[in-house]
Amino acid sequence: MPDNDTTPAIEFQGVGKRFGDNVVLDGLNFTVAKGDRVTLIGPSGSGKTTILRLLMTLEEANDGLILVDGKPYTHEIRGGKRVAIPEKRRSLVRRRVGMVFQQFNLFPNMSVLENIIEAPIHVLGIPKAQAVARAEDLLEKVGLADKRDARCTQLSGGQQQRVAIARALAMEPEILLLDEVTSALDPELVADVLGVLRNIAETTDITMLIVTHEMQFAREVSNRVLMFDGGKIIEEAHPETIFTSPENERTQEFLRAVL
Amino acid sequence: MSDNVQKLVDLLPQLGEGILVTLQLTIAGAVLALIIAFGLGLGSRARTRWARVPSRVVVEFFRGTSLVVQIFWLYYVLPLPPFYVELDPLACGIIALGLNYGAYAAEVVRGSINSVPTGQWEAATALDLGGVHRLRRVILPQAWPLMMPMFTNLLIQLVKGSALAAYITLHDLNFFIGELRKGTTDTVFAYTVGLLLYFVFAYALTLLMNALEARAKHKVGQGPSLREVLRLTPARTAGTEVRS
Amino acid sequence: MNDFWSWDHAAAVFPDLIKGLGITVLATVVGMIIAAVLGLVVAIVRRSRVRVVTMPVGFLVEFIRSTPLLVQLVFANLMFTQFPSLAVGCVVLGIHYATYMSEVYRAGIDAVPGGQWEAAVALDLPRSRTWRAVILPQAIRNTLPGLGNYAISMFKETPFLAFIYVVEMYAAAQAYGGANFRYIEAITLAGLLFLLVSYPTSLLVRRMENRLA
Repeated sequence: MPDNDTTPAIEFQGVGKRFGDNVVLDGLNFTVAKGDRVTLIGPSGSGKTTILRLLMTLEEANDGLILVDGKPYTHEIRGGKRVAIPEKRRSLVRRRVGMVFQQFNLFPNMSVLENIIEAPIHVLGIPKAQAVARAEDLLEKVGLADKRDARCTQLSGGQQQRVAIARALAMEPEILLLDEVTSALDPELVADVLGVLRNIAETTDITMLIVTHEMQFAREVSNRVLMFDGGKIIEEAHPETIFTSPENERTQEFLRAVL
Repeated sequence: MSDNVQKLVDLLPQLGEGILVTLQLTIAGAVLALIIAFGLGLGSRARTRWARVPSRVVVEFFRGTSLVVQIFWLYYVLPLPPFYVELDPLACGIIALGLNYGAYAAEVVRGSINSVPTGQWEAATALDLGGVHRLRRVILPQAWPLMMPMFTNLLIQLVKGSALAAYITLHDLNFFIGELRKGTTDTVFAYTVGLLLYFVFAYALTLLMNALEARAKHKVGQGPSLREVLRLTPARTAGTEVRS
Repeated sequence: MNDFWSWDHAAAVFPDLIKGLGITVLATVVGMIIAAVLGLVVAIVRRSRVRVVTMPVGFLVEFIRSTPLLVQLVFANLMFTQFPSLAVGCVVLGIHYATYMSEVYRAGIDAVPGGQWEAAVALDLPRSRTWRAVILPQAIRNTLPGLGNYAISMFKETPFLAFIYVVEMYAAAQAYGGANFRYIEAITLAGLLFLLVSYPTSLLVRRMENRLA
């Protein structure tokens, strides 16, 4: 699916992130090609979620550069110094990145439809009729066409998460970040949400970064798995390889614990 | 007793005037307080120090220096040099009530905004909804129902504080109680009637505010709609709430 | 310009203000002790399930809480002329704030986990013993910040006592202003003294809140 453009969708160059004395990411380097589906695995506190949050500008890296589509995103080197890029320019990149959260984070003061059309209308400037038509298509796709005018608080967790996915897709993102999207769901609701995501993976070429504990899902959807530990990538491989014959000892331990 | 009631009937025009003045102080004071509350409350959360520090100082100043002192400062000191600002007593009362309760309400605004879950801020950022838009469309609609019960308390406090107006020559409800006492020479009667009037006034405001609170909560998907609350027939359970 | 602020007047009024501040603090302390004790009684009474008791008490609490303290003070002072105004004032302050405090206690008692009651029943503790040894010690801890906040709030409402002729701090300022036709120093200083006492106290209470939270 990726076209001839070989510029990576995402590139981390020596990214470091600390919370106080706690080093979460330590000089991290990696690239994600366009159309890649990368799953990040590793014990909690290993920095997986931080990577997604950095890409969403919810956290600020302490060192290094993050490039999206080959261009600096939050910081750039100017005159040999690392300087922050102003909010206006960040915003132009950020609107091409979408995120689905563990806790859904739908806006309770808006209906399902309003949640989905809010940003397309007010950020992208799409005419309302067009935004509504697109939202209805997306709701169809996630199997919630009949919930268009429902209040978010009346939906089950699984339904809320599917609305959140539709809301992220409505921005037509080039990159989609999925942060433990099934962790807050009752077990019987997980399958619906994964089904929707599988369908999106099959029918679009959106670059995806996935943090999940659903190893089976990671295996089906992703084409690369990165194993994190202590803020570093300790193993990287195709899912078939890493799940069947991991090389690193820590990876083996981790997979034994979760599988 | 019937003499007292007769006197009360005779004084009805004055009572009307008293209620009107108290109502003016309440409404105008509350509107001013609301404006100040949002100004200073949002200012206290600003990223730039130039907005944050002055907002905090003003809030602490008006919370810390007693309503009585404020109202009489405006009344006695402001007309003197170097200010030479002679305010109408009604304006004096409204400004003092607005500043004092506005400062308290600013803390309510700040606290309620801080209580909106961080996930909501993050989701708005993820959709690239920026500063003002995020606040106006996502955060404030959710912070508003959190503010309402505390605003109701402050509004009742404001009504109670407005009784000071009688001491800056205003003919408010408190002043009317004095008139009724003079007219009937019955202290217990006059003050019982007067306190009951204040009570009814406060109770009516509380009911109104509770209705507004129910509406605000319904808008963020909590609780029944106002129509369901006010309906006489028992409300059916609105939509089974499914939560994970 | 020298019309504006006179340090001579400021210095002259200052001793009066300090004396008034003494009365203000005294009224706050006495008022708050009454409020703390009476508030607890009201809270416990309102928890009983005897409607003949809870209904009238509930109405009285609502009534006192939602009518002006100022009017209550003046009323009480006119009724009980045989007592000194300061005493009447302290009692009215105490009763008014007891209605607030009863809510603080109620919240504090509600915050004690239901399991504590159940454990007391399981141990067959008598009801009075349960209250005294199990519930209240836990509840009262939760109520300390509320007590502190209302003490500050009462402190700032003591100037109402000026209207029943108690010479607390504001009345002292007003008296000086009226006698010398110089209001600015007296009233401004009174305001600043209120701030000087209430602000540090509120910081202390906030710290206590954070520690208990």
